[in-house]
Amino acid sequence: MNTIEMPLLNVEGIEKSFGRQPACRDVSLELWPGEVLGIVGESGSGKSTLLKILAGRLAADAGRIHYRSAGEGIVELLGASEAQRRRLMRREWGFVQQHARDGLRMGFSAGANIGEPMMALGQRDYGSLRNTAKDWLRAVEIPEERLDDAPRTFSGGMQQRLQIARNLVTHPRIVLMDEPTGGLDVSVQARLLDLLRRLVHEHNVAVILVTHDLGVARLLADRLMVMRRGQVVEAGLTDQLLDDPQHAYTQLLVSSVLGV
Amino acid sequence: MTDQDYNFAFLDEQTKRMLRRAILKAVAIPGYQVPFGSREMPLPYGWGTGGMQVTAAVIGADDVLKVIDQGADDTTNAVSIRRFFKRMTGVATTEKTREATLIQTRHRVPETPLQAGQILVYQVPIPEPLRWLEPREIETRIMHALSEYGVMHVKLYEDIARHGHISTAYDYPVLVNGRYLMRCSPIPKFDTPKLHMNPALQLFGAGREKRIYALPPHTDVKPLDFEDHPFEIEHWPEPCALCGATDSFLDEVILDDKGGRMFVCSDTDYCGERREAGHRGRMSPPETLEAAE
Amino acid sequence: MYVAVKGGEAAIENAHKLLAEDRRGDAALPELDVAQIREQLSLGVDRVMTEGSIYDRDLAALALKQARGDQVEAIFLLRAYRTTLPRLGIAAPLDTQAMQVSRRISATFKDLPGGQLLGPTFDYTHRLLDFALLAEQEPIAAKQAGALADSMPQVVDLLNAEGLIERELPDAEDDVVGDITREPLMFPADRAVRLQSLARADEGYLLALGYSTQRGYAKSHPFVGEIRSGTVPVELDIPELGFTVDIGEIDVTECQMINQFRGSRSEPPKFTRGYGLSFGYAERKAMAMALVDRALRAEELGEDITAPAQDQEFVLYHGDNVEASGFVQHLKLPHHVDFQAELALVRKMRAEIAAAGAAPEFEEAAQ
Repeated sequence: MNTIEMPLLNVEGIEKSFGRQPACRDVSLELWPGEVLGIVGESGSGKSTLLKILAGRLAADAGRIHYRSAGEGIVELLGASEAQRRRLMRREWGFVQQHARDGLRMGFSAGANIGEPMMALGQRDYGSLRNTAKDWLRAVEIPEERLDDAPRTFSGGMQQRLQIARNLVTHPRIVLMDEPTGGLDVSVQARLLDLLRRLVHEHNVAVILVTHDLGVARLLADRLMVMRRGQVVEAGLTDQLLDDPQHAYTQLLVSSVLGV
Repeated sequence: MTDQDYNFAFLDEQTKRMLRRAILKAVAIPGYQVPFGSREMPLPYGWGTGGMQVTAAVIGADDVLKVIDQGADDTTNAVSIRRFFKRMTGVATTEKTREATLIQTRHRVPETPLQAGQILVYQVPIPEPLRWLEPREIETRIMHALSEYGVMHVKLYEDIARHGHISTAYDYPVLVNGRYLMRCSPIPKFDTPKLHMNPALQLFGAGREKRIYALPPHTDVKPLDFEDHPFEIEHWPEPCALCGATDSFLDEVILDDKGGRMFVCSDTDYCGERREAGHRGRMSPPETLEAAE
Repeated sequence: MYVAVKGGEAAIENAHKLLAEDRRGDAALPELDVAQIREQLSLGVDRVMTEGSIYDRDLAALALKQARGDQVEAIFLLRAYRTTLPRLGIAAPLDTQAMQVSRRISATFKDLPGGQLLGPTFDYTHRLLDFALLAEQEPIAAKQAGALADSMPQVVDLLNAEGLIERELPDAEDDVVGDITREPLMFPADRAVRLQSLARADEGYLLALGYSTQRGYAKSHPFVGEIRSGTVPVELDIPELGFTVDIGEIDVTECQMINQFRGSRSEPPKFTRGYGLSFGYAERKAMAMALVDRALRAEELGEDITAPAQDQEFVLYHGDNVEASGFVQHLKLPHHVDFQAELALVRKMRAEIAAAGAAPEFEEAAQ
């Protein structure tokens, strides 16, 4: 139980350029425990670059990321050692990739994929690992019989659900998601979004969700941040922002999407 | 060009110094693979050049050298390596584990327990335990630095899910001193427990891959496993046919084309000692007949 | 009754004798002379020197005789010999500009200062077996080339003058150059270390990799800027004296490849380069090396790494034929103990399935 309500993540002034192309310009945000923050924008807006910087997969040119960790106090991630960063990521964060093949071991069984984060944290009882993996397959609505099958044999939606299970099994505090429903059929998307919404609230996970799809943002995000050409143009509660966009660009985005 | 006299143990002193520095570093960090500037030796890479360079670095005029391959002193490669050192150092050689001060081995640990003061040098083909899971050296070095060994347990989990057993039969992965994941070299599972808390110094040389690692005496060496699928060694359906041993690793010998087979100690010195002490197996020659040449 | 077979030592002795016999072949024929090999199989000698990493034609010829013509075996002999040689000093970089050229061609310019000099080359021969060679021949004297031009500037220098090609500038004085003969290869490897590895790498391997870059596995769009072969002096750096001493000369072949240009709207485009060097007249090796050198520069030049020839670890780890041959052939060594361990495990698993009654379909164990 948090006695002091402080943001889980406090990001300040992120700058990133590729050669002369700016991808992130003075981007700041806060993330609170258990909330879903959506980052929306067109391709080229810098939202994916920002996510990669938060995940430690890309170096920022400038800025600070303060993370309130479970066991190590407040850590400034950009200045931390790689060892510390990787340790925190392994223990307390998750990352759901757009393409399941990037976030799973496609040649290993579903059980091994879900079990790996637990094994990385020291779980050494095969029977328990297997049971926990079965529980999670149930939670993400994958038939238990598929426990020993490799995700290569799964449908796209099922692979994505497996990826989600793999990320949630260690009860992370933050999960980053990069277009988690991209490339899936509309009906499959709907089911996945439903599942995500339920699980995120059940496990009180804070999420940063990057998407170009305002419908996905509306369904999942508590708050939204709109990015354009590397800058944050508007931020606010999802419904407020989508129903009553203030910035001209946000208005354009919202109006160009039917039925949002 | 004339036939030259070679330096003691073939390598020049600079090279030996380089090797000793690498060995000292390895001993200081049990299980950690120390890169070293491996030299071409007169035997091919893959045939024990790493072990030979380690031996050449530590051997002294007073050493007594034993060389075994598959547990036997008389296999062709063991003979070849022993002749090389005899020619290059003039040291005494032996087939008896008890009498050796320095033992170079391929694929087996002697059955006779080693003593403090003995050195066992292993020939290693692939030093990196994560190699089959991650081909890139850059990545595996990071994994060792950050103790990111989860993927090795994933492999073991998968074995059990698929086969009901961990399916590594030799060159078993072990955790050394609670810190580094290490490969034992292709010794059978059977020999893995011998590495734990051994009073001897154990050195590992990989010439082609250019790595040296070490287990100082009395080091903690734990094979990877699961609590409910613990590490187990092999068992045979019968004892050694020549000496009756039930506690040694046995080679299978095919006797005829009708499936006739028997099992014999792989460690020829151990078997020989037992026979000298009077132990017998089902295929031992009868007392009254002399052994054929 | 089983008796353990002894006699590994005797078996080896005998194998050596058979080997010596086979090497000699038909004793009624004259024995090969090392000098003949040196003179008349000189391209074989050049390859053995290049990959054996010792410039000594007599040694390489001897190695070829001892190896019965097997080049990889001969290369191994030289490398093992090299281990016994002390390092006396380090030479200054060879000045190929000062080369006494016997062959020099360029595919990028029809005519160039110094001219195109064909030299002794197979290039324009018709590959028809010459049965006249079955008998000994009267020596043929080739027409001497006219006086060589006073200056043979490097083609790359000509392009340099216009700023058309990337410059290859020497490192700072105190930068340490890695030495793969003294230190293990570590990644990421810088260009100096990569070139060292490529110089002694197996020619066939580099040829295949270079070929692959021409066929779409990475794209480098190569042109032969210049190939020159000839004699260069070797200057040994003597720190105590503070100057270098000329200790002799060696024959080398140098290849400069001119590759895909790189640039953008704001940065003027320049051609990029690949470099190859070999001992003697190993031209194909120098060319293949230059192609692979360029491919390995992909990361530094900001190109996507999509092909095997661009993958540093893959290319450099597997190029040394002494290492490759050793490890591949080590499979001939006894492995019956490890095999026995596998047998025990497989038998155990099969027994368990049999005991469990019906045998469910098990997937093939993946490695």
